[in-house]
Amino acid sequence: MRADRLVAAAPVFAALGDPTRLGIVARLCTHGPQSIAQLTEGAAVTRQAVTKHLVALEDAGLVRGSRDGRERIWELQGKRLADARGYLAQISSQWDAAIERLRAFVETDD
Amino acid sequence: MDQIEKRVVLKAPVDRVWRAISDAKQFGVWFGVELDGPFVAGKPVTGCIRPTQVDASVAKGQQQYDGVRLEWHVEAIEPMRRFAFRWHPFGVDKHVDYSHEPMTLVEFMLAEATGGTQLTIRESGFDKIPLERRAKAFAANDGGWTKQVELIEKYLARESAR
Repeated sequence: MRADRLVAAAPVFAALGDPTRLGIVARLCTHGPQSIAQLTEGAAVTRQAVTKHLVALEDAGLVRGSRDGRERIWELQGKRLADARGYLAQISSQWDAAIERLRAFVETDD
Repeated sequence: MDQIEKRVVLKAPVDRVWRAISDAKQFGVWFGVELDGPFVAGKPVTGCIRPTQVDASVAKGQQQYDGVRLEWHVEAIEPMRRFAFRWHPFGVDKHVDYSHEPMTLVEFMLAEATGGTQLTIRESGFDKIPLERRAKAFAANDGGWTKQVELIEKYLARESAR
């Protein structure tokens, strides 16, 4: 994922409401699939905390963990994220259409 | 992006727009729903999707939404200024029970503007809806509502041409 796309997606990440989780997602964006050890490297939080956040992200459908030998490798579910953004875009266009129906309704006589 | 906001100027007086959004019958006509009762602040209102039958070729595709029950919760009625309710955003899948899921808040806000009425529609609270659900809803809804919206537009165009 390119940086500008990451910035565009930031509000969705913000919806998760936690800077650590945003950091994990950003890291998976930039570096691709990572193990817990890699994700914890250089981070100011413990391995347990990272694991907890990954589980929360997995529950939200944002990341997926798969076993590679003894380790779990975590990767971003880009499709899920894009679909979630698409959902808001869809509702937004439904409002546009509803407004045009309201316009037709009120701008003609009772 | 946890809320959607739309702002338009309608060429109609504030009281006309107010009636169109606060009178459940009028609301139903342009929105495409049939509500069982009036909007009362603090009370729920039930109804169903009742799309207009104007095009046989797409009637089949639309059939799946016809009659789908809905329940909205009216939050505020502030005459000529603000109308607000909670709902399950465009929840039209009859096989899904939305009743235990978080609702979003829809607000209609009116203000006088040059040549008419400024209408602001804000829908908020999407952050409470699980990402998983949003993604599924997007995949499931694709197509169905677009068709229905086209039908209603056709119907209204025909009505206003009379």
